[in-house]
Amino acid sequence: MVSIKELSQEEYLLKGHIACAGCGLAISLRLLFKALGNKVILVVPACCSSVIPGSYPFTSFAVPVQNMLFEATGATASGVVAALRQRDVKDVTVVGWAGDGGTFDIGIQALSGAAERETDFIYVCYDNEAYGNTGVQRSGATPYGAWTTTTPTGKKERKKNMPFIMAAHRIPYVATACPSYPIDFINKLKKAKEIKGTKFIHLLVPCSTGWRYDTSKTVEMGRLAVQTGIWTLFEIEYSTFKLNPPSDRLIDKAKRKPVKEYLTLQGRFRNLTEGDIEKIQRWVDEDWERYRELASRPCV
Amino acid sequence: MSIPPKPRKETPITTLSVPTVGGMGKTGSWRTFRPIVDYSKCTRCTLCWIYCPDGAITRQEDDSPKIDYDYCKGCGICANECPVKAITMEREAE
Amino acid sequence: MSQTVIDTANHIVAYAAKAARVQVIAAYPITPQTSIVERIAELVESGEFDTEYIRVESEHSAMSTCIGAAAAGVRTFTATAAHGLVLMHEALHWASGSRLPIVMPVVNRTLGPGWNIWADLTDSMSQRDTGWIQFYCADNQEVFDTIIQAYKLCENEQILLPVMICLEAFILSHTYMPVEIPDQKKIDGFLPPYKPKWFLDVDNPLTHGNIVSPKWYMEFRYMIQEAMETAKQLIPEIDKEFGECFGFEHGGLIEKYKCEDADLILLAMGTIGSEAKIAVDNLRKEGLRVGSARIRVFRPFPKEEIRKLAENTQMFAIIDRGISFGMDGFLAEETKASLYNQKDQPLIAGFIAGLGGRDVTFKTVEKIAKKSSEWMRTDRVEKEAVWVDLRE
Repeated sequence: MVSIKELSQEEYLLKGHIACAGCGLAISLRLLFKALGNKVILVVPACCSSVIPGSYPFTSFAVPVQNMLFEATGATASGVVAALRQRDVKDVTVVGWAGDGGTFDIGIQALSGAAERETDFIYVCYDNEAYGNTGVQRSGATPYGAWTTTTPTGKKERKKNMPFIMAAHRIPYVATACPSYPIDFINKLKKAKEIKGTKFIHLLVPCSTGWRYDTSKTVEMGRLAVQTGIWTLFEIEYSTFKLNPPSDRLIDKAKRKPVKEYLTLQGRFRNLTEGDIEKIQRWVDEDWERYRELASRPCV
Repeated sequence: MSIPPKPRKETPITTLSVPTVGGMGKTGSWRTFRPIVDYSKCTRCTLCWIYCPDGAITRQEDDSPKIDYDYCKGCGICANECPVKAITMEREAE
Repeated sequence: MSQTVIDTANHIVAYAAKAARVQVIAAYPITPQTSIVERIAELVESGEFDTEYIRVESEHSAMSTCIGAAAAGVRTFTATAAHGLVLMHEALHWASGSRLPIVMPVVNRTLGPGWNIWADLTDSMSQRDTGWIQFYCADNQEVFDTIIQAYKLCENEQILLPVMICLEAFILSHTYMPVEIPDQKKIDGFLPPYKPKWFLDVDNPLTHGNIVSPKWYMEFRYMIQEAMETAKQLIPEIDKEFGECFGFEHGGLIEKYKCEDADLILLAMGTIGSEAKIAVDNLRKEGLRVGSARIRVFRPFPKEEIRKLAENTQMFAIIDRGISFGMDGFLAEETKASLYNQKDQPLIAGFIAGLGGRDVTFKTVEKIAKKSSEWMRTDRVEKEAVWVDLRE
């Protein structure tokens, strides 16, 4: 169990990148490299991460990065992994680093295929719950009621449940994480690195530009997501479901903060009625009943 | 940092970019507020360092934060997360 | 030891991939390419073919996987047809723009609706703008040889562009023909291991393909065009070298047959080009001075060779197995464009034939040649494009 102070001070996301001020993704990238070092090849589809390193001839990534077509992360990573094997290159981790658009929507086919083929790589979906790079349009990861530029009166559908979709592929490791819990995320990456097969980590990344809150609140927003139970930290290893701290203490509803505390802090939820908030609270409670059940038996 | 384009002969055959600090300029210029550290209150917990999205905070010998104002965008996360409120955000001078 | 086999072009493709010592294959089945991926699977699972074979879940993914593998520094291969090719259109652009030497046989099958699995060149012709080099083969021997030649060509530092090798659905893909497969040691001598110009390397971290502004972009495109121009020189050289090494040559950019004294030259591609040779022999017996020019390489378009052919002849009859809607047949368009502003401009008649696998034999070609000869006598082409054997 590593502590924050023990983490490496090497930075492989270099200063001067052009992410928005307060960007949760930028924090996450720094944490990625603290967990895995620089013997990493990133496959990055069209997403915020293709833009924040800046433009040719410069980049802020100090590791090899293959930028690629929006839908193709899973497929491209499969090719990189196979090539490294052919070249007998050892000790290099291939990481598919994709936004929610390139994972839930346009990229789901390639990810599903890569997982079914037991491709040996780590896939991290950094989820800011919209197509952030192109100006905050809705994605399959956008939660119910959220404003986006293509759902100006609030999204009418619920968020796709990606971790369980990936668990249904019977891959060895599925986890959720959040940069507001840096040691948890780092531990999960280190654990994933040691496992053979497809590893999927779903990272909630608060985005002040898309979610409409003050830039200083990014880390706080992630914490609140977990404290209200809207975001849950868990792992699924094959069919064993396990809640991670602090989510493991929130099975009792009384210990969870009401979702209202999280929703009212974000401009994107300004359109929610009391009825909507009740609905969301009910859904969260239902999810938690399921988590309580799953924590006691195999889930897939 | 805007550089004049190189002659074609010196350009690689495809868009291969080189890791560079500040390739797009000193992003500290984006700032409207700047963080100021009160080192007498600072407990050297290093949370500000881990949470800085821009890597603009480095740890000094005693683990206290050093802020690189060339690249600090003034987001205020460090001030918000500091458990002892040792960092305050002050408006940049005009 | 070289050996002669009698096999379908599809199976020959699989053997060529093995002979080329391809390191990563990512492919998705589609009629009539399926026997390629099936034979590859058999060779891999029997242990005969040491390669990484990724059975991807779509053609878009097939090309994306090849791009990932090539970017990571290995020799890659895929194969497809028709809708599969068109599905990977976006990725074709990314492959050429990344300057990755990927080789891909395309079994030319037409596009739907309805589902027509038979031969025409619309699929690969509709991809002519993607920056891929394109070869069109007339027999199974040429398919094998061209795959080996293609790797030698595209891995050359001056080229570094992906290559499509086109062969017609069923006419070649499923037809048994004798093919001489050279000794592996000789092939290894002709085609050394791949040395990538750039690749993903943790010891030299670079970011490939991030944002590029108008200030920088255009030169990258110019360099692709330059590579295409250089390919026009290298292709005949490599074909000649291959011939000296293995005994088979395929005409370089254009396979010419009896063109030296021809008044009328038939321009065609693929198997229609072979049928044209038989037609030429038959017509000559009847006294017509005809020749045929099989355009083997469509990208880069062999403008200079076409202009040379135009110098000594009165007329071109151009047979297209496909059409660009709203304009003419692909070959006809581009031939005409190559001859604009030139001193020697033969009469040109365009013919659209064989779409969706409608049969085109030497008899069809003779008909085309005779019609063209009539027009040649009046020095006037009645119709810019004639659709051959069309039901009224």
